[in-house]
Amino acid sequence: MLRWILGGREAQGVVEKNSILFSAEEQPRNCYTELQVLKGHFDIVRYLVQIDDLRFASAGDDGLVLVWNVETGERLQELRGHTQQVTALVTYTITLKNLVHTFLITASSDRSVSLWDPDSGNRVQMVCDLQSSIKCILVLSWQSLWLSGGNDLCVWNRSFQLLSKIEQDSDTGVTAMLELPRNHVAVAVDREIIIYELKASSVDSDVSVTAVQYLANHQDSIRSLINVNDKLFASGCHAGELIIWDSADWTVYADEQIALEDPHYEGQAEVKLGHQKQSEMAIQHLVSDGELVVATVGSGLYVYHVPKKCLVAHRKLAHDSDILHTELVTESKLISCSEDGSVKIWELQDLPLPAEPTSAGFFGIWSFGRSSKQGSPPKKVTEVLGLKTLELMGDLIGHSGAVQMFLNFGKSGLVTCSTDHLLIVWRDGERQSHLRSLMIFEKLEENQGL
Amino acid sequence: MIGSPDVVAFTKEDDFGEIYPDPCVLPDEFSVPLFSHAANPWTKTTYAKFSKDFILISEFSEQVGPQPLLTIPDDSKVCGTFDLNYFSLRIMSVDYQASFVGHPPGSSYPKLNFVEDSKVVLGDSKEGAFAYVHHLTLYDLEARGFVRPFCMAYISADERKIMQQFQRLSFEFSKASECLKSGNRKAFANELLKKLKDLEYTRSVLHKETELQKINNGCYSTQAIEKANELANVEKSMYEHRDLLRQITSYPSRKRKDPECVVFEPEKPTDTRDVDLALTSISSDLEVRAAEEAERKPTYTPQLIKAKSAKCFDKRLKTLEELCESTFYHHTMDQLKFIEKSFRGDLCYIYTSQIDRALVRQQKMTSFLFEEEEDIWQDMGPMKQFDTACPPMASQPPSVSDVSAEPMSLDSYSSCVDTIQIKMEPDFTEGPPESSPSEFTQETSEEAADTETKGSFSSDHSIEPISPGNLHMQYQNTVVGTSAEDCTTIADSAFLDPCVADSSDALYESHSVERGTDGVVNTFPLLENDMAMNAAVVYQTGSIVQVDTACCMGQEGFISDEPSAKPPQDGCGDTVVKQEPLPLLQRDLALQGDYVLGEPALESPAAAALSLPELQPHTLSEEIARISVEDASDTTSYMSTSTSSDRAPSPFCHGNPVTLKQKKRAGQSALRFIRQYPFAQQAIFCLLSGRTLVVLGVDEGTVRKLVNALSIFVPNLGRYGETVQPWLSTPFQLTDLQRWKLIGLQRMASPMGSSILNSLSRYSRYLGILDTDNKTMRCPPYKGTVLGHMADHRTQIKRGSTYFLHVQSTLTQLAAKAFLFTFCHHLHLPLEAEDEECVVTRRTSFLHHLGFTDEESKMVLFLGELIKQHYIQGPSKGTSQSVLRFNYTTSYLYKI
Repeated sequence: MLRWILGGREAQGVVEKNSILFSAEEQPRNCYTELQVLKGHFDIVRYLVQIDDLRFASAGDDGLVLVWNVETGERLQELRGHTQQVTALVTYTITLKNLVHTFLITASSDRSVSLWDPDSGNRVQMVCDLQSSIKCILVLSWQSLWLSGGNDLCVWNRSFQLLSKIEQDSDTGVTAMLELPRNHVAVAVDREIIIYELKASSVDSDVSVTAVQYLANHQDSIRSLINVNDKLFASGCHAGELIIWDSADWTVYADEQIALEDPHYEGQAEVKLGHQKQSEMAIQHLVSDGELVVATVGSGLYVYHVPKKCLVAHRKLAHDSDILHTELVTESKLISCSEDGSVKIWELQDLPLPAEPTSAGFFGIWSFGRSSKQGSPPKKVTEVLGLKTLELMGDLIGHSGAVQMFLNFGKSGLVTCSTDHLLIVWRDGERQSHLRSLMIFEKLEENQGL
Repeated sequence: MIGSPDVVAFTKEDDFGEIYPDPCVLPDEFSVPLFSHAANPWTKTTYAKFSKDFILISEFSEQVGPQPLLTIPDDSKVCGTFDLNYFSLRIMSVDYQASFVGHPPGSSYPKLNFVEDSKVVLGDSKEGAFAYVHHLTLYDLEARGFVRPFCMAYISADERKIMQQFQRLSFEFSKASECLKSGNRKAFANELLKKLKDLEYTRSVLHKETELQKINNGCYSTQAIEKANELANVEKSMYEHRDLLRQITSYPSRKRKDPECVVFEPEKPTDTRDVDLALTSISSDLEVRAAEEAERKPTYTPQLIKAKSAKCFDKRLKTLEELCESTFYHHTMDQLKFIEKSFRGDLCYIYTSQIDRALVRQQKMTSFLFEEEEDIWQDMGPMKQFDTACPPMASQPPSVSDVSAEPMSLDSYSSCVDTIQIKMEPDFTEGPPESSPSEFTQETSEEAADTETKGSFSSDHSIEPISPGNLHMQYQNTVVGTSAEDCTTIADSAFLDPCVADSSDALYESHSVERGTDGVVNTFPLLENDMAMNAAVVYQTGSIVQVDTACCMGQEGFISDEPSAKPPQDGCGDTVVKQEPLPLLQRDLALQGDYVLGEPALESPAAAALSLPELQPHTLSEEIARISVEDASDTTSYMSTSTSSDRAPSPFCHGNPVTLKQKKRAGQSALRFIRQYPFAQQAIFCLLSGRTLVVLGVDEGTVRKLVNALSIFVPNLGRYGETVQPWLSTPFQLTDLQRWKLIGLQRMASPMGSSILNSLSRYSRYLGILDTDNKTMRCPPYKGTVLGHMADHRTQIKRGSTYFLHVQSTLTQLAAKAFLFTFCHHLHLPLEAEDEECVVTRRTSFLHHLGFTDEESKMVLFLGELIKQHYIQGPSKGTSQSVLRFNYTTSYLYKI
């Protein structure tokens, strides 16, 4: 106190480092330093879809579909019409007289499906009173047809005429659909993948759909179905089994039991998350860039190398809660979003020495004090050469609820949607600052000075 | 805030040390009360009978002669013992309007003369009053010659204030006058319409009576002839009135051609239609018109007009309010109140705030960051707002409202230059104005001053106009060089050394006169010498205004009692402000254009060359240096570290514009904050780098006070302080961080409280958290000197408002650098064949070159982004930020 009075207070006011470090450590490689909150929805926002380089649409439980400009954050259109939550949102590009126009197809729990023009905000087409609500929509590159999956599988043409309808006897109905080469379609129904062949009949508008093959390799219901590349597609099931299929002859290319591979993990799950065991094993989401397949199991991320047929990297506790969506931005950069409200940016890094345990890394201290539990990677995996680690490059914290989905616009930024009814556009602050500088110098020139 | 009049007063105390109670001084209750006139050390005259400036409206009534009508402010205390009746007589006796109404030769009808207002400055040394007098004429059908002379006077004890502010006064009063006159014309037209209706009615009645007389008594009976004459009279009167109506309604079109006039014609559609209709229908069918009139104004029934009107003294003259349409009247009153308000206070204060405003206007690109917008709004006055509220009618040319912003032209002044030559004492001889200044020494000063100042204050000469010729000569003498540089150098040298006597030009002359008179002020028997009619100086206002100002400078010594003024030879190194701020920045001629209200044309270098006498700070007692009670209360809590000893938190609430006063009060809290908290710099750094600062605490008063204190550091605070949330007791969202940059947050022991804390920890990367309960701060580190300068806990500044100004000046400096940074082309765009890397390095090195550390660069970048956004969006968007910028930095915990 005396020193304080005498003016020697600097000595006392020395910087003291807090014992508990907050999550806002330096993130030099996280370029997202500017955010914009987009308000407009009144309920959970679940779907985001990119329309073109500038625009994207969002939809959710409030039945609203909003069209936004990603650069300015401006709300361009408000597509109102659905009385209940939107269950599917896809873009639908039609080429008419050399004019390419992108529409939006939305399906809702009110058992209707609509076609919207995002330019004008008009509802171009609408079909009501479907027998069941549509859970997923697949737009085919072939003849501008599109398929809807719910309790039945329907084939529609661009003028929203029902061309064909196949009843499913399963309770769960269609969970996922995938377009395969040569007018084939893979449809996941419960534990089966059914391959259908579409044929245009001689009569101009009719299309016949026939089931070609039933693939029943999975032991549990299939959650995710994706194309890996032209030749392969992948499916993940509730029991944590990942199967890579050949797209041409529908044979099994590789079969990997992801979650069960790790005994260490098993033990931990029994202790901590015993009741959640099943869901912790289930493959929720798959994403691929042609070589790597990223599978999301609970709050963990698993990277599977398709040519090598092995897991190359994984992080069992990547998030605090279940991961809802992931995307491979580049071959080494991965973004994931989770129920815990955060978005994390990961980098696949080569391990310097295969024997070395997972390094704490740059964000080691950071990861909620669990890094020690996470411990060394499973032995089986470490033996494989070319093993990599997933290192955290940065995280985006903004939403106060689960981040349902995100959309990567590259340089323009990243859009996230969440249960807190908000959308956030994350942008590169440096780039935005530069753009604004360009704008002011343009305006300066326009105004001939200040 | 660049400078402020307060600085003058406040730096004084700092430099002369603290006021220690002198043991020898008697306790207050025993001491003789101070001479009350000393209450305001800035008063130039100690014998004024009124306490502060006021506006007087007088009329030269045809019944009772000059009489005061009302004062603004309407408070008897203001005028004190000041004799309004007497002063009304004085000001009404100098009405130089060339008004003429009546039957001009060669015209059969009375002609209305639309006279210019006359503007006169008048002094009365006995009363200690000086006035800007604005004469105007209103029309009244019942008045003699249809005119009623009025005048509005701004009365002040400070002659210099009137002289220096003449242009602004003239401009503002012209606005008020135009408003009043417009309303009057409207009322007059309506009155004429009614009168015409009466006449129509009378005529019809008379017509019937005449016919009746003819039938009863024959065509040539006396009664019939009488009636016929009466009828003819009525008809003549009708023609006259129609002509008057035509004249009064044709006024706007005539007036518009005159660029000088400040037309104020936001007419109501119904009114114009009234007049227009009347014009067209006057010759049309009477029945139709009567029916229309009856429809429109069912209340008015025409009356029979007696052949002989009442005697002049029997009738009641209309009041000012009745003479003018009510909306116009009220707006005139608003304008006059605005004038009273904006000219309130000392000349020094007005100057400084004018300079301040002019400078703020100069930096309009960045002023949104730390300046309040209040002043800019006030400048416009009530008239401007009224103009926009009631756009001119379609029938009016669109430029009508714009005209008010037009500069007054010189021609209009010169029109009445030669009209007045009043000389009560023809034998008075004027001193030779070109005589050498070296003649005037202290010994001869009495005489010299007497002659040199043209005797205008000596007792014998009651009204002493300055002849235009003389003025002109002086004017020419003053302007030695035509170029701005010449004048500036003259001004400078004169400024620094008024005793330079090698020149014979008028400027130096006036200086030495000033010096000469200084010594004799005390012996000059001013009061005793005065007779019934005292020294009154009428300055001819018509001619160039600077001339008046220049002349008046010569009399400086008489009114301002400044014994033995010393020239500030070492003015540069001295921190004590010994100089009253000059009305204009002498070096910046471009600025002058901005400063003078829309009258750059009138601004001549001569005005810039005038320097004012120095103030003598040490002659002021320390007691009276404390001007306002409120500011004085600042000092009571000096060096107090307890927050509880403070007075109640100032009413910084949403919905009301943040005023300068509030900010100054906040300065005191801020001063206490920087003394009390060693991490004040970090807190300020948070605010200046755009990181939202959360002030967390249990006690609402403490938190609010701290938020209030810190609000002076918030860039782009907004007119209503929108970017500050003083007290929040609910969890905040991310969008709130986008909106608020300073949040007072309640700490609660409840589920709500825990969710608040959750949101705090969730968004901690975007926040600085100041915990008032534990006296800790969690935020990124700060290294640098800028904030050390601003928030030095050992600062010697004692007053909150002084500290506020100190902060403002530092922030303005910062904003200027941010502006420079933002608008430097090469710092943001690559020159040819360069990549982005080069630009980035150039940017960094530029910031380092400006002396900024990495942390300080963040502040500049943040301010730069705000400037960019403000520039791109324009000021209309207000404070709303569409994006939240942040960076990932480590936070540390700071403790006391």
